[in-house]
Amino acid sequence: MEPIDLDLDENELELPTEPMRLNMGPSHPAMHGTVRIVLELSGETIVKSDVQIGYLHRGFEKMCERGTWAQVFPYVDRLNYVSPMLNNVGYALAVEKLCDIQVPDRCQWYRMILGELARISDHLTCTGAMAMELGAFTPFLWFIKAREMIWDILEEETGARLTHSFGRIGGMAHPPTPALKEMCRTAVRSVMDLVEEGEKMLLKNRIFLDRLEGVAPISGADAVALSWTGPCLRASGVPYDVRKVHPYLKYDEVEFDMPLGKTGDNLDRFLIRLAEVRQSVRIVLQACDRMPDDGPVNCDDLRFVLPPKQEVYTTIESTIAHFKLIMEGAKVPAGEVYSYTEGGNGELGFYLVSDGSGTPYRVRIRPPCFPITGGLSKLIQNAMLSDIVPTFGSLNMIGGECDH
Amino acid sequence: MSERVLEALRSKFGAAVMSTHSLHGDDTAVIEPSAWKDVCTFLRNDPQMSFDMLVDLCGVDYPSRSPRIEVVLHLYSIAKRHRIRLKTAVGDEDLVGCEVDSVTGLWPGANWFEREVFDLIGVRFTGHPDLRRILMYPEFEGHPLLKDYPADRTQPLVPYRTEAEAGVPLEKLAPFGPDEGMPFGRHNVRSGSFTSPSGKDNN
Repeated sequence: MEPIDLDLDENELELPTEPMRLNMGPSHPAMHGTVRIVLELSGETIVKSDVQIGYLHRGFEKMCERGTWAQVFPYVDRLNYVSPMLNNVGYALAVEKLCDIQVPDRCQWYRMILGELARISDHLTCTGAMAMELGAFTPFLWFIKAREMIWDILEEETGARLTHSFGRIGGMAHPPTPALKEMCRTAVRSVMDLVEEGEKMLLKNRIFLDRLEGVAPISGADAVALSWTGPCLRASGVPYDVRKVHPYLKYDEVEFDMPLGKTGDNLDRFLIRLAEVRQSVRIVLQACDRMPDDGPVNCDDLRFVLPPKQEVYTTIESTIAHFKLIMEGAKVPAGEVYSYTEGGNGELGFYLVSDGSGTPYRVRIRPPCFPITGGLSKLIQNAMLSDIVPTFGSLNMIGGECDH
Repeated sequence: MSERVLEALRSKFGAAVMSTHSLHGDDTAVIEPSAWKDVCTFLRNDPQMSFDMLVDLCGVDYPSRSPRIEVVLHLYSIAKRHRIRLKTAVGDEDLVGCEVDSVTGLWPGANWFEREVFDLIGVRFTGHPDLRRILMYPEFEGHPLLKDYPADRTQPLVPYRTEAEAGVPLEKLAPFGPDEGMPFGRHNVRSGSFTSPSGKDNN
């Protein structure tokens, strides 16, 4: 059959040559609802990109300057809302560093168990969501099922599934429940089963691998220069994990490895997270074995820690201490401190300035995924439009944390 | 270990290092704003220092002090495993002269951190390639993390309804007008129209 437009000279047909501008997000399912990327495309290749954040900005740092030191805990829950317990512990450790107090051994092990459980749920959410965005819905459901098991433990321990607000200055809100160790041992076994099953589904899937392997690689030196930390940095082969390099709590007393990637591409970031789930399970099991069953959880410094409820109702000293701690807040000594822990996404830092009153003068959080998202633009340069989805997923950008 | 870093800074930059301390184990050097970039370049490139990672950059507002704004930089060295905190103070009470050299050329990661400090505190980083707001929207006025910015001030992009427009005190006002939003009446199947509880036809 002859073409209809016989007389059309092919040279006349001119396609536009200037780059096309495309808005991706903020209401795009792969952008987690909180990021907008303004793209300049040549065909399907990204020529220039501008990543815009701030859609979830709630003035975290300003709010913290209005209440007492203890009232910051509910706010830090809402930073990285996928692993709130790690934020709780990180902030508690920062204030304790400023106050020069140390919590009892039992509490340190307890914080480690809860923190590592939170890390497992964080990594599972990230890897699951990443797979889902690439069309693999089943592994996502399995990973979320595993996360449910962890959340059940956290709910049993803290009373809340997502925003626990469980940390306290100088301890935790409650001592561990008697069933904690047994629950952990049972849950991690089923979690690992689900993870292994999901992993099998994904890592033998040609479509999944093709979209990850070799896409958006970054060298270790570049990642360091971009202030990356956490799994994304380790995927590039840089051995930096706060738990290993500058151990806090009891991390120097447990055995675990620091998995490292080679090329820093999306597949490496995916695999590192799954490998870290295994290490976290190891830590949880060791901590369960070593956490003492009795003993104090909170330190007994009445300048910072609430007295036992029984005494508050029976003795005048404790009533006064309780009243002053609640109404005026703990008087944190004047000074400044930078404390850092390993959050779900990397180094979670708190820079606190105190003027000696019951209210923080300045609470600065160093959110790990803020600089990581800042490097997204570099990663997707010259990549294809569809590469944004796995790349963005592998960075595990959490809006609450990134936008404060 | 990083005591050595402070020692090196003091001997190399002399008077530009105004004070040092190691409170809570965090080594801190307060330096002149004019030496900001030189000190950073030294810390980045000297093989003994090799601070290859910019960990954090933030600003703190001290309205009673002069200069008023403190810019706080945390650096870390992956190879040497040491940290340092650099501080400098800029700007008078009206934020005049609130300027620091940008270190984006040394650490590309500083780009967003500097934008954030500019956005929330108002420090201008000279030499920054793209200094614009990052967390707040472009129409936002002022810098919210300054101590004299009221915490309950709102700057809505779409203006709020006034009492004159509404005709009733604002606290008595429903979140939607009588003719907008979801009708809460039952759906009248026969006539195909919604009726509100007050009996007024809303459709």
